[in-house]
Amino acid sequence: MFWTFRLATYFVLACATYIFLDIAIKGSRTLFTNHAPFINVKFLTEPPQTLYVFDYQGKKMELSDREFRKWQETHTEHVDATSIAYSAGGIFPCIVGTALLVIGSMIVALVIGISAAIYLSEYSRDTHFIRFVRVAILNLAGVPSIVFGLFGFGLFVIFFGWNVSLIAGWFTLGLMILPAIITASEESLRAVPKGLREGSLALGATSWQTIRKNVLPYAVPGILTSSILGIARVAGETAPIMFTAAYAMRDEMPWQVTKWTDFFFQGVMALPYHIYVVSSKIPQNEYTERVQYGTAFVFLVVVMLIALASIVLRERQRRRLSW
Amino acid sequence: MVTVMEPPQTVRPQTPPEPLGPAANQTEKLQVMIDVSEVDFSYGDNKVLHNISLQMPARAVTAFIGPSGCGKTTLLRCINRMNDLVDGSGIRNGAIHVDGVDINSPGLDVVDLRRRVGMVFQKSNPFPKSIYENIAYGLRVAGVKKRSRIDEAVEKSLRSAALWDEVKDRLETNAYGLSGGQQQRLCIARALAVGPEVVLMDEPCSALDPIATAKIEELIQALKTQYTIVIVTHNMQQAGRVSDFTAFFYLGKLIEFGPTVKIFTNPGEKQTEDYITGRFG
Repeated sequence: MFWTFRLATYFVLACATYIFLDIAIKGSRTLFTNHAPFINVKFLTEPPQTLYVFDYQGKKMELSDREFRKWQETHTEHVDATSIAYSAGGIFPCIVGTALLVIGSMIVALVIGISAAIYLSEYSRDTHFIRFVRVAILNLAGVPSIVFGLFGFGLFVIFFGWNVSLIAGWFTLGLMILPAIITASEESLRAVPKGLREGSLALGATSWQTIRKNVLPYAVPGILTSSILGIARVAGETAPIMFTAAYAMRDEMPWQVTKWTDFFFQGVMALPYHIYVVSSKIPQNEYTERVQYGTAFVFLVVVMLIALASIVLRERQRRRLSW
Repeated sequence: MVTVMEPPQTVRPQTPPEPLGPAANQTEKLQVMIDVSEVDFSYGDNKVLHNISLQMPARAVTAFIGPSGCGKTTLLRCINRMNDLVDGSGIRNGAIHVDGVDINSPGLDVVDLRRRVGMVFQKSNPFPKSIYENIAYGLRVAGVKKRSRIDEAVEKSLRSAALWDEVKDRLETNAYGLSGGQQQRLCIARALAVGPEVVLMDEPCSALDPIATAKIEELIQALKTQYTIVIVTHNMQQAGRVSDFTAFFYLGKLIEFGPTVKIFTNPGEKQTEDYITGRFG
């Protein structure tokens, strides 16, 4: 039996390692180059373009959409080019889009989630209704993400008329991780010793002053820990944003808007949706594979960086506290 | 040992009993600071205080003694309404007046009451902030912004709590670096900083060693010239050492209240005598 358990553990580890190494190795071929500056800057800073592949005078040419058009201006002869969507250029708009979606939805989820957790842990009394609310929140955590996507599509995109937009994506993703944030925040708040609350109240602080100055600051590290998992989920889910926020292709960057209010009502490209599009919506070949692995690798790195940032933030908070 | 020749005091004195022993040289009639009259208290359906009446004099130390679960801490927490935090609990009957004001009247400002009636808890509970910020907390939540006023109050209350000389060079360090006894004196200093008239102490020495305990007891003696102090204690020797008046509780009832010397030398009730001589409890 010992070996069964041991092998099961190693099997999981082996699978995870294989997937990660596969993405990292194949992705690095796209992301890194063998000449200075050793990083494929184009891939990280340009929007995706269509790739044109053709033979010219015995040489195999691989040109992006814009390069191909320029090339045609100087060359009159007709070439038989194969066009492969999204396989030239880079994925910069997807990186920006994912970052915007993560930041916005985490703000939505933290504001609503912490408020709800404060109410549940500090103000509410233990009534049947509150117990029902807790059960409802736990159940919400089990709802599949595609259902959240459809809900967001129905409520925000159609009923509120926000169309496919950042703000609709923020609220859909925010609602999706809300149960996790509420539950974890409530636990962090409850972990703050009762003596600190009593000590503060006994000095003539109101309950809101007590929460703001003497409970919430000590719960922040715990809340951030749970948010890290939330970030990974928000960044990674495709289903909730495919109807509400993501475009398969968009040339303008999110800051290229005429009015500042338009910023919230524009759709964006996003890394997980881009992976989905390039691996299932277009014919597969060696060129699309490069983009797929490159995008997946960048995606892993981006999620890791965001998680790392929140871990650093948490540790800095935590170092100030101890009881 | 003082021999008391007068007949035993009534169980519920209508005026504060004449002080004996530590406060024997006081001749003027004592002013009543906390007046508890016929109080019943319940946690939900569980009645824990039965018809309690006693009057605690100003600028004196009153000790609550009795076995665990007898309601002494509950009564203490009624005086600054800390029991408001417990769902479904409350005073069902009777009233408590602090300095003539009914503290359960609907229009009463609880925040103001807690500023006037400070509290020190059984487990020392400094905030995970600097020593300075711990003391300044009560003033800051009261809206005091002036740095000089806060500085002054911090020094004054740390001096009152006999802690100034030990911590004056490290006011900005975390309060958790202090020893257990220092932490408890910090909590006393913190309570004094907001300028209370009454200080409630809930077994302040229960987690401290004898030397730290002696310091706190000394401090209580010094503070009673300015503050009305009510102390809950399990330690009968401590009650005997620090208090001027003692109230003995048993099973949610006040058995006897009187000058400490009398309670300890010539108790009026059999139960008090049994408890003090260690026959139960």
